[in-house]
Amino acid sequence: MEPEAVVVKEVQTRLKPRLSPRAVKQIKVLLTHLALLFSIFLLAIPVIYAIIGSTQTTAEAYQWPPKLTPGKAFLENLEKAWNLGLGQMLINTFIVAGAVVVGKVIISVLAGFAFVYFSFPGKGLLFFLILITLMFPLEVRIVALFDLVQQLKIGNTFYALIFPFVASATGTFLFRQHFRSIPPSLVDAARIDGAGPIRFLFQILIPMSWNAIGALAAIMFVYAWNQYIWPLLVISTKERQMIQVGLKMALQAEAGELDWGMAMAATFITILPPLLVFFLLQEQFMRGFGLREEK
Amino acid sequence: MRAGYPNKILPYILILPAFTILVIFLYYPQIEVFILSLYRVALLGLRKTYVGFENYYRLFTSPKYHYSIEISLIFTISVVIVGMAISLALALLANQKVRGARIYRTALIWPYALSPAAAGTIWLFLFSPTAGLVNYFLETVFGVSPDWIGNRTLALLMIIGTAIWKNLGYNIVFYLAALQNIPRELLEAAEVDGANAFQRFRAVAFPLLGPTTFFLLIMNLIYASFETFPIIDIMTKGGPVGATNILIYNLYQDGFRFFKTGLASAQATVLFIFVLILTLLQFRALERRIHYGA
Repeated sequence: MEPEAVVVKEVQTRLKPRLSPRAVKQIKVLLTHLALLFSIFLLAIPVIYAIIGSTQTTAEAYQWPPKLTPGKAFLENLEKAWNLGLGQMLINTFIVAGAVVVGKVIISVLAGFAFVYFSFPGKGLLFFLILITLMFPLEVRIVALFDLVQQLKIGNTFYALIFPFVASATGTFLFRQHFRSIPPSLVDAARIDGAGPIRFLFQILIPMSWNAIGALAAIMFVYAWNQYIWPLLVISTKERQMIQVGLKMALQAEAGELDWGMAMAATFITILPPLLVFFLLQEQFMRGFGLREEK
Repeated sequence: MRAGYPNKILPYILILPAFTILVIFLYYPQIEVFILSLYRVALLGLRKTYVGFENYYRLFTSPKYHYSIEISLIFTISVVIVGMAISLALALLANQKVRGARIYRTALIWPYALSPAAAGTIWLFLFSPTAGLVNYFLETVFGVSPDWIGNRTLALLMIIGTAIWKNLGYNIVFYLAALQNIPRELLEAAEVDGANAFQRFRAVAFPLLGPTTFFLLIMNLIYASFETFPIIDIMTKGGPVGATNILIYNLYQDGFRFFKTGLASAQATVLFIFVLILTLLQFRALERRIHYGA
């Protein structure tokens, strides 16, 4: 190194303010906060923009450059979406998702109970036959399922939207895991006290399992609420349609231009119930996911 | 092992509802799909002719199906790899010990609750050339206003972006749970040994995230292959000229728009085999973890 360069470097090092380890740590923490806030904002932009859109009139939505401040047409847009039939679809979806959740919980609790507290011939095979269905999406049998529903004469009814979904490998698996985590001494004590299996299930096991039930219910509600392809195919009248398919209808421009304000108001109605469930039952969600992945 | 109740009939009654549903709505239609794939079905199911494997032959010699496979590969691989990489980065960020970490976590995973159909609707607005934020930004900064719906490459990019965004929450939940299970002492020991943040991640954290990464890989493959259907149906309907026509959309079109039941069933069987392989891989991985007590 040339002498001048050495001097320059020396001066630079001296001039550079020395940061104490504490200060370095504080800067790191600050940067982490900033990075987190930035990521959260970036993730949320589409939804924020959609919500702003839902408050604007058609004219405002088509302004260029886009108007980035909320308008005053939210209620008007909501009314338009409602009149399109989304109000009825909202009620329909509540009924169907509610029925699916209740059915799934009952059927899975019973099956989980059988697999943990009884030994019977064929138990391993039967459990495997349930578990193997865990990851098979509806789409791989949808062609035949559609035919079946027509043959059973339940096409275009809520039954077609409920029955195929009430058995759940996830649910059976979840309750099996949960019941296994309950100490066996409990069932022994119940037996000594003369409680039969049914009484044990209803008076001891179920009251102890509300957390697991809540976890399954929360996840299954969101899943049932978000169904799209099946109602799209099976339901043929608007009055019985589900809310997700309603979004597709909201996007069909009546004459010429698409009404973005109305479409975004429709989206707002659609995403609100599952988001509320998610925010209110967050703990259950996490637990449900945790149980689903075998540990 | 826990002592079971000695009842002989009751357990079968308890699992009967689950099995009734599974047999009627799952096993039976799955077998029926395979049978239908061996027939040519005409007149909305009124006339069926046995044709052996002709539907499969037609499928695998069809340029349209080849193109659909190609599109699916690009779409699925992009959604899975990019989606999981972003999720892991965000999970690592949210796993830092800072004040308000819980709130940050919630704020990162809530999009999980959004439906694919809603995600599609929202992003369609975002990418609208006449009302969207994306083109406003691109026009202001770069002076371009691309046609996201009409251009084949851009339409594919648009649905890839939407599909990635929609699934980030799900992936982050699992990565965060896995990160929180890594013993602090292990990372601290590495730090004492002089490993920097990147080395600590690569040598300590990443190998321990292996099982979660594998699980998410399988779940993301299924997500990208099937659950993205509403995104495509809402945003592009498989277009323009088949540029976003992934396998599941091709199946839907053949089965329910052109009423080629046999051909659609053959496609469903191909997808069934794909999911079956994923399921078996997942089961094997689970088994290994149980054996080694991880």
